[in-house]
Amino acid sequence: MPIKVLIPTPLRPYAGKQSIVEVSAQTVGEALSSLVAQHPDLRKHLFSEDGKLRSFVNVYLNDEDIRYLAKDATPAKETDTITIVPSVAGGV
Amino acid sequence: MAIANESTAATLSNEEILRYSRHLIMPEVAMEGQLKLKAARVLCIGAGGLGSPLALYLAAAGVGTLGLVDFDVVDYTNLQRQLLHHTADVGRPKLDSAIDKLRAINPFVQVERFDTLLNSQNALEIFRGFDIIADGTDNFATRYLVNDACVLSGKPNVYASIFRFEGQASIFATEDGPCYRCLYPEPPPPGLVPSCAEGGVLGVLPGLLGVIQATEVIKLILGAGESLIGRLVLVDALAMRFRELKVRKNPECPVCGTRTQKELIDYNQFCGIRGEETVAAPAAKIPEIQPAELKRRLDAGEDIFVLDVREPHEYQICNLHGTLIPLGDLPKRVHELDSSREIVVHCKMGGRSAKAVEFLRQSGFKRASNLTGGILAWADKVDPSLPKY
Repeated sequence: MPIKVLIPTPLRPYAGKQSIVEVSAQTVGEALSSLVAQHPDLRKHLFSEDGKLRSFVNVYLNDEDIRYLAKDATPAKETDTITIVPSVAGGV
Repeated sequence: MAIANESTAATLSNEEILRYSRHLIMPEVAMEGQLKLKAARVLCIGAGGLGSPLALYLAAAGVGTLGLVDFDVVDYTNLQRQLLHHTADVGRPKLDSAIDKLRAINPFVQVERFDTLLNSQNALEIFRGFDIIADGTDNFATRYLVNDACVLSGKPNVYASIFRFEGQASIFATEDGPCYRCLYPEPPPPGLVPSCAEGGVLGVLPGLLGVIQATEVIKLILGAGESLIGRLVLVDALAMRFRELKVRKNPECPVCGTRTQKELIDYNQFCGIRGEETVAAPAAKIPEIQPAELKRRLDAGEDIFVLDVREPHEYQICNLHGTLIPLGDLPKRVHELDSSREIVVHCKMGGRSAKAVEFLRQSGFKRASNLTGGILAWADKVDPSLPKY
């Protein structure tokens, strides 16, 4: 069941320039694994060497940060949207 | 929830009443609201892309005291989006330019200027005189500094940030709400997220986000509507889609949760920057070649392969007739290069090409070197007819 993963601008060059990638998964963790399997260049921008999600990248299931749900184990279904939100600083 | 200094601004003159009539005839503002605006003291950090619409609209709305923090000088490339500054202002301090325009819009606004870089030594002192802080800066170190200083001072941080054609906005550092660190406990390593000079920005984008900031500042002052506390608005200007995510206060947050961090820290160190961060700062061990030296050797007929690692649209602006392989494509296309030849790599300013040279040398290209300062330095020192961008 395809889940939409929304790719933010700074990461689109590593996702084949796409703004939305569809994945099949039962949990957010699986969805992210599927995402980096499809687009290996994304891996180092999302995950550190030990496989943990980088601390300046937030992942939301619909409008909730997964840190406050079940993190990687958060269940995801077809109508859900996963949003990756990296920190950006530009203001000038 | 209204944030205002209630001790001053008891009345409006007839002139002010006429000026703000379109506010006064709305019950959501009315005389009471306009007096709150007049009593309010708002600090705008940065008089650039976000700072421009912020300061312009807050002045127009009648915010009584506006503080502006900026140490920079107006640059020609600012004019594409920083509406506080005009062509004739290029070269002037941004605060001189800003204050002229703000006074012209609304002479009733008191402007306090801080011609300084905000840092851990001055932030708390500067924030003391204001009720609300609006963060319009452009680097991670300052954003963390502003956040922490807001939490420690008990002042709300009306935040926005932009990148290319996307933006974010929220309000941090209210007593019961989250702070910036609740959302992003740590910054990205330097160099991972490009600045506007490197990544570009749609000119109108800071306009869109800066006005959202100004709107939230005004709502906080008036105590009207639903604020962005605990809400992160994501704006995708190309799709014109607005999304909203929840931001929760993190009870473990060292600044606003457990409050174990009670002082401002060294933010440059926190963000991994040592000393001045320059855009074209290559690693010390990368071999470099100066533009004049490259020119001399090319003119002498030496066999040098010039590799341009910029993007195709940059190549169209100007180029050195090098072979174009964008940096992102280099790993896939490295087999097109001949490691027995001398290769000089360039980009716009020297940053991307330094990364390319590092990669090439690790891949066995012992004769790869970096053009110091990139094509901009070439335009400065060798060929002034080349357009700069």
